[in-house]
Amino acid sequence: MTQRAKGPVVIVGAGIAGQQVALGLREKGFDGAVALVGEEPGAPYERPPLTKAYLRGDIGPGELEPRPAELYGRERIDLVRARAERIDRAGRAVVLDDGRRLPYDRLVLATGARNRPLRAPGSDLEGVFSLRTRREADALREALEEAGSIVVAGAGFIGLEFAASASAYGHKATIVESRARPLGRAVSAHTAAHFTSLHERHGAGFVFGEEVRALHGDRAGRVREAELTDGTRLPADLVLAAVGAAPDTRLAEGAGLPVDDGVAVDARLGTRDPRVLAVGDCAAVAPASGGGPRVRLESVQNALDQAEYAAERLARPDAGEDLPPYERLPWFWSDQYGSSLQIAGLAAGHDRAVLVGDGDEAFSVLLYRNGALAAVESVNRPAEHMAARHLLAAGRGPSPEQAAAPGFSLRAFARAAA
Amino acid sequence: MPKITYVAADAGERTVDVPVGTSVMRGAVSNGVPGIVAQCGGNAQCATCHVYVDPERYGGLPPMSEHEDAMLDTTACPRRETSRLSCQLKADADFEGLTVTTPERQR
Ligand SMILES: Cc1cc2nc3c(=O)[nH]c(=O)nc-3n(C[C@H](O)[C@H](O)[C@H](O)COP(=O)(O)OP(=O)(O)OC[C@H]3O[C@@H](n4cnc5c(N)ncnc54)[C@H](O)[C@@H]3O)c2cc1C
Ligand code: FES
Repeated sequence: MTQRAKGPVVIVGAGIAGQQVALGLREKGFDGAVALVGEEPGAPYERPPLTKAYLRGDIGPGELEPRPAELYGRERIDLVRARAERIDRAGRAVVLDDGRRLPYDRLVLATGARNRPLRAPGSDLEGVFSLRTRREADALREALEEAGSIVVAGAGFIGLEFAASASAYGHKATIVESRARPLGRAVSAHTAAHFTSLHERHGAGFVFGEEVRALHGDRAGRVREAELTDGTRLPADLVLAAVGAAPDTRLAEGAGLPVDDGVAVDARLGTRDPRVLAVGDCAAVAPASGGGPRVRLESVQNALDQAEYAAERLARPDAGEDLPPYERLPWFWSDQYGSSLQIAGLAAGHDRAVLVGDGDEAFSVLLYRNGALAAVESVNRPAEHMAARHLLAAGRGPSPEQAAAPGFSLRAFARAAA
Repeated sequence: MPKITYVAADAGERTVDVPVGTSVMRGAVSNGVPGIVAQCGGNAQCATCHVYVDPERYGGLPPMSEHEDAMLDTTACPRRETSRLSCQLKADADFEGLTVTTPERQR
């Protein structure tokens, strides 16, 4: 007899992935019990504004929540504010830090990622911050009002967006990055150069090829200086550690589930235990097309699309054993000083880049892997980004030669291909 | 607080009070009004907060940025003369009594 999972479904992690699994189950007609377990206070919220509008004070805390807090109750979603300590797979229950046991028929891990700590002595001084949660953003908003000199360790998206928002408070941050350019392997050299000069024009400075080696404080235990690997000492009374994030795989590991830079899941987001799925920042997903390494992404699109897929699976008869593999086009955005970057596809591993557009201020870069279009970065070119999304999703990108031809237009090409 | 009415493609209709300074998108989302997905949380990045504005009132709205204009070319349901991204419409006193219709699909 085929039947839907009757529940209970337990979801661990009440970030945007977790909340979308819970609400998605209801949208798809799932009627059983749903529990959403989250350790952070308050209702689920979105992280992107934490480095942008929220940090600048342009929006308030209520505007971070993608759904009103009351909705969960109305949809009979039990929002459990606790930390899940471990999974009892044999007993099919999640054990909470307050000792409660939540029995499950299906379990979804949506535990997200945690910021990597800055491994430098003095990281525990007052004035040294990390930025991932609303609480940390609140602390930083206060600190930005007072700060004199700011050092940012790490030129990833969070470090750069933070530095841009700090300039709205009148600060000129110094960004220390161990590589030779910002944003690592996430973007092309051209786009990295655009953001480097954008920051420099706004007064922020970079130190490339060095790391923050130690932080020095005063008697009161407040940070005063950042010491770099070349011995330079930069004045600093606010330091942001923005050296990347790591997937939170503790529950999976504790339960003996395979981990591979993330909770290892197959192309249908299932772990080795058929009752346990994983979605969002914590999930490392096997490619739909067989071979190749697992992919783990940290983006809103990825969290929401995977959550929706998981909800679809669980709401179906036989828990969606027949559902085709998860396959969605990744896209991402960042905003710095009003300059908008949008990325469709995945830039990592590209072997050829074709620049389209004239300026340094507005352009797209088409990135190829083995001759096939893999990603398009658009800076202040939203229409080209959307055209790129359509082309990449349909697998109909222009060849590098077509793209490099004078007068090439991504929008015209997409229109012709449609 | 301006009252804004959201009309769903399948005819349902809701009127809510939207505080001045709050976007038409946020007014819907925080009141549980369906029909607006707002995947990017109001950053004009996803075009899943598309609405059709009452034609009588369209001209009186704050102008759209080039960015919004471009994003509107790529909505899931066809763009019309009165299309806007609701996250880019911050309510002020002039929004009193505004009606917007949500498209059938946002994605
Ligand atoms: C500052 C910042 C800016 C960003 N900007 C952008 C952007 O512009 N565009 C973009 O696409 N993406 C952006 N991202 C990335 C995006 O926010 C993440 O990809 C997304 O939040 C992932 O959602 P998630 O639900 O998978 O994980 P998370 O958001 O990490 O949520 C997981 C939740 O689970 C909780 N949890 C973990 N373990 C347990 C447990 N055992 N028990 C109970 N609770 C637990 C955690 O506390 C957390 O609340 C940004 C991220 C940050 C931090
Ligand atoms: S909410 Fe994404 S464009 Fe308006």
